[in-house]
Amino acid sequence: MAGLSTKSGVVYDARGLVEPDPEPPMTAEIDGDRAVIDATDLTTRKINLELKRIVYDEGVNEVTIVNPGSKHSLGVGILKRCRLTFEGSPGWYACGLIDGPEVQINGRVGWSLAENMMSGSIVVDGPAGSLTGAALRGGDLVIKGNVGARTGIDQKGGTIITLGSAGINTGFMMQRGRQIICGDANDGLGDSMYDGAIYVGGKIASLGVDCVPAEMTDDDHEFINRKFDIYDLGTPPDVQKFECGKVLHNYDALEPSERKLVL
Amino acid sequence: MCGIAGIIHRDGAADIGDELTEMLNSMKHRGPDSTGYAMYGQPDDLVVVRFMLAEPNEYGGFGMDERLERNRAEVEARLAKVGADLATIHNETGYAFRATIRYGGDLKPLADYLEDIDGCKVLSLGNSLEIVKDLGDANTVHEQYGLANMSGTHGIGHVRMATESDVDLASAHPYWAYPFADVAVVHNGQLTNYHQWRRRLERMGHRFQSECDSEIIAVYLAQQLEDGLPLETAMKHSLDDFDGVFTYLVATGSELGIAKDEMAAKPLVLMESDNLVAMASEEIAIRALVGTEVETRDPFEREVLTWQV
Repeated sequence: MAGLSTKSGVVYDARGLVEPDPEPPMTAEIDGDRAVIDATDLTTRKINLELKRIVYDEGVNEVTIVNPGSKHSLGVGILKRCRLTFEGSPGWYACGLIDGPEVQINGRVGWSLAENMMSGSIVVDGPAGSLTGAALRGGDLVIKGNVGARTGIDQKGGTIITLGSAGINTGFMMQRGRQIICGDANDGLGDSMYDGAIYVGGKIASLGVDCVPAEMTDDDHEFINRKFDIYDLGTPPDVQKFECGKVLHNYDALEPSERKLVL
Repeated sequence: MCGIAGIIHRDGAADIGDELTEMLNSMKHRGPDSTGYAMYGQPDDLVVVRFMLAEPNEYGGFGMDERLERNRAEVEARLAKVGADLATIHNETGYAFRATIRYGGDLKPLADYLEDIDGCKVLSLGNSLEIVKDLGDANTVHEQYGLANMSGTHGIGHVRMATESDVDLASAHPYWAYPFADVAVVHNGQLTNYHQWRRRLERMGHRFQSECDSEIIAVYLAQQLEDGLPLETAMKHSLDDFDGVFTYLVATGSELGIAKDEMAAKPLVLMESDNLVAMASEEIAIRALVGTEVETRDPFEREVLTWQV
């Protein structure tokens, strides 16, 4: 397709896209079912194309991405079981929309890690930015540092474990799933949550609207111990549990047509 | 959206023009409309005046050359009239100028007198502050203004995506705190009580060069510094006084500070080492500066931090 060149030398196609119809760069070093991608000189799109090529077409199960250089949107949309390791820090929107991969990030991440992740696990050695696990649907996120604001906003499943502290409005409007925060939680914890549970080990600055303390049950203890065992996180702290007070939102599980029948 | 960046060298001057360009260029996706720098060189007894006589958009229009020549002569005449001794004057782009003057008087009447000239805007005044801003990305502005030779101890920069006002130089960041020497602000966000604060500050006698909410922050903080408050205290007041979402950086001749609003709605990543402090909207800008993996952190909501240079 003919491209439109601009003064800056960037080429756009007729759809206004940069890098139209790119091909995978074929630069990964593949060794059996392992591979290494050096992301230094590659754009986001090329890195992701190469990653998809080796995971889907070459059947590689263990991929290491070196020098991610805080580029955005790395490792997104992988819908297959595999093991991904980032040697360094990806930027924003890392590993969004994934379903299956086990990801280890030896660095930190920016905003919106694992947005809408379906299953799998992500372990981050450093801190994470805001909106971590936004609309998370399943799988586990383990952040060994602090997390920013609105962690697990609109969370619909899965588990987010934070070993550090969490910013404002953690669990904002969460609908299902669980969060374990070992450090402190800032203002507005669990604001407007619908359901799910948040466990906090440290101090809580303030609770959000309709977020209330709850009794810890044996199942809660078993769940936390199990997750800490899986990710080898040591002894879990003593935590307080919080859940939805169910006075803010009005629930009606019936469809309008069903309601007519009942009434 | 907008992207902001700041840098402090604790062990003397460095090529901050090049360094800020690297950082701002890596955040070009956050704003391609205009790029600006507020850099602090070595202070001396001369006052640096950065001013422009026309918008880049209108530059090259009919009769423009004569008008610029006439207005430039008028600037020099008015400087002489207020007792400022012109040391150097350099035409940077045809419409933007850098002058150095010997002047010991009050800056407000000087700035007011210059701004009274048709099309003239004083971009910055101070003993070490140099504000350079123009349309286009960081590389364009860097080349246009020869920033490769710019050395200094600290500086802040901004890439702008115009959301509330025009794509022109008057709306480009950083903003100088008119008429306070050496105070500049870059800002990512929106102040929702802008008009309220603008009226308050205007009633105190301040004037504004633009319709941009970010200019309020600069003047608001500089007024409190003038009243004798420490920068950190003034910034903490701003968290209660300003509504909206913001992360801003403020720099003076000897200090640099960051503040984040109470919702932590706008990003900032911070890196601190013994001889270098760098901050930016995104980590990618810090990586563009230092190259290797470094430990960084995201300040939480309502966090105010300042550093002495």
